[in-house]
Amino acid sequence: MSPEKTEQVLGRKLISLFDSHRNHISRYDPPFLQGIRNQAMESFRKAGFPTTAMETWRNTNLERVLEKDYNIIFDPPEAPVDLENVFRCEVPDFNTHIISLYNGWYISRDTPLLTLPNGTIIGSLAQALREIPELAEKHFNKYAGAMGNGLISLNTAFAQDGVFIYVPDGVEAYKTIQMVNILNRDDDVMVQNRNLVILGRNSRLRLVHCDDSHNQQPSFTNTVTEVFLDEGATIDHYKLQNLNNSSTLVNSSFFYLEKESRLSTHLITLNGGLIRNESFVRLSGPEAHADVFGIYLMDKNQHVDNQVFMDHSAPVTTSNQLFKGILDDQASGVFNGHILVRKDAQRISAYQSNRNILLTDKAVVHAKPFLEIYADDVKCSHGATVGRLDENALFYIRSRGIGEYNARLLLMYAFAAEVIRRISITPLRNRIDDLVKKRLRGELAICDQCVLHCSQEEKRYSFDIDMSKI
Amino acid sequence: MLSIKNLHVSIAGKEILKGLSLEVREGEVHAIMGPNGTGKSTLASVIVGREDFHVDSGEIMYKGRDLMGLSVEERALEGIFLGFQYPVEIPGVSMTSFLRTAVNEHRKYRGLDPLTGAEFLALMEERKELIEIHSDLTNRSVNEGFSGGEKKRNEIFQMAMLQPALAILDETDSGLDIDALKVVANGVNRLRTPGNATVVITHYQRLLEYIIPDFVHVLYDGRIIKSGGKELALELEEKGYEWLKLQES
Repeated sequence: MSPEKTEQVLGRKLISLFDSHRNHISRYDPPFLQGIRNQAMESFRKAGFPTTAMETWRNTNLERVLEKDYNIIFDPPEAPVDLENVFRCEVPDFNTHIISLYNGWYISRDTPLLTLPNGTIIGSLAQALREIPELAEKHFNKYAGAMGNGLISLNTAFAQDGVFIYVPDGVEAYKTIQMVNILNRDDDVMVQNRNLVILGRNSRLRLVHCDDSHNQQPSFTNTVTEVFLDEGATIDHYKLQNLNNSSTLVNSSFFYLEKESRLSTHLITLNGGLIRNESFVRLSGPEAHADVFGIYLMDKNQHVDNQVFMDHSAPVTTSNQLFKGILDDQASGVFNGHILVRKDAQRISAYQSNRNILLTDKAVVHAKPFLEIYADDVKCSHGATVGRLDENALFYIRSRGIGEYNARLLLMYAFAAEVIRRISITPLRNRIDDLVKKRLRGELAICDQCVLHCSQEEKRYSFDIDMSKI
Repeated sequence: MLSIKNLHVSIAGKEILKGLSLEVREGEVHAIMGPNGTGKSTLASVIVGREDFHVDSGEIMYKGRDLMGLSVEERALEGIFLGFQYPVEIPGVSMTSFLRTAVNEHRKYRGLDPLTGAEFLALMEERKELIEIHSDLTNRSVNEGFSGGEKKRNEIFQMAMLQPALAILDETDSGLDIDALKVVANGVNRLRTPGNATVVITHYQRLLEYIIPDFVHVLYDGRIIKSGGKELALELEEKGYEWLKLQES
């Protein structure tokens, strides 16, 4: 008999934990959820963890991650967590509504489910499932469930909390909502939170979502977010990732777009051990539009994997993907961009571009565009490039008296700026701009420098190089 | 200021410069002429420190220092400027921040405080005025989408901002119409002082109608085969390089 693979050990442990804690996990579940959980666990039993034998996982190997014996936190923090001690927002002029997940559990200063005067509901998913199950039921697992892989099923089975946001028809959420995921534990934990965002007709939301480590402890976060955009709704979504080098994050986001709705999502990966972002976008009504942008700056042995599945299932839908990355040392990157244009989805425009700079011979990137088109009136383009910094440009810059180090920074920053300048919230753009510069200079600390979560007062960062006008 | 003695340079094992010597003193304008492929651009590249070229023997002294030990940026900070034959496009880097960085690096090297944004903008306006360039190249990315003429004017503008001691202009006249040529020549003349020197590398005598050289050198097959005053350029224009080749043999 061959020895049992390590991931099977963790998988078996999770299955047995689920069986022994099933009642505890689902103790507050509305009736509709219990069947979903059991079904999801069945799917996980069959599928297990993704392996490199699967096409979309070929270049992201979870074996090392799954070797660890993670603890699962089945209960919310016992003592109330003082948000003030955990983070203070120092982004100048960035007036936001802050919500936080602490080791996967929603923490709040006041009520776990807040209803604003305009009808917007913000709070804990667990609480929303209890208080307003009808609203949650309409959308919960409707988008993620259909696309399930083992990890998504596992999340569905285990997730007990997360963030819930509902914006009613015609309402424009007046403040940007900042969602901060904080991991702060002394043991190795696996966190599986679940977020549900529902946007009513012609509503509008700006959502900034940060993943942040507090220490150097290994962790495995398996998070699933479902976002539903009703007709004419708009979401401007940012996912910022600044995790420690021992962390693993699999972030699966599902966006379901009704007609004339608009999605803009930005995946900004500054640091992390292994990060995989899966963005599933379904354009299911005419004139829906999706922008999916990403920037990743990795070094050491870090690994980043961006997967986009852009599903044009209705006619006259448009999409645009732009991912740019800089990989240093032995870092590795993956980009798989899949565009599907379904039969009868005519008059489609879908663009995709992935550009990479490798700073060393040992850095690698696997880029794979994949177009699957069953309609004939379609404008599609894709492109992937992998290159070095332009030697002629470096020489030109240096010949004006700018040292090689700064010349390289200038070129790297200019490369990244194409994505950064698409961030439409100005204070956020400035802050990310600063963080990217710091990251490129190797000065970004993990524990205290998350975009929205800085433990000390910080000055606006400036280069010797003034890049403010780039 | 610049003293080159018996310089031998190769690239990828192929010898390009085969014993070139040149003396340039403060206040002088030198023109280096010659047919294509004789080593004119190689000479410019070696002086500014391009690393693809290998100096096999000979020396380049600049203000009494051996240039060989200095990096590209150190040479620039010491006052050497190259006007590129093919200026490089750098998407995403604005002219303003590029130049401000360069100017402040030069200031730092000389122990001066960096210019503030306002001071820098004032300096840009003053230098534009000085060389009579009125088009607005500064709000764009470095050379990106510039026409041939704009690129060359931009080189002169950068020269005006950095005020080098030794400017080497590599075929700055190529591809220019007569108006653009005048703008470029005018810039060079305006920037000329008793303390600096200019080396103009050119194919044609045409530019030398506007920039009057003190010396004209003919570079042929990796060496300077003839030097003279400005009248040499006219003679070349009239008789062609063949005449010198015949004299050589």
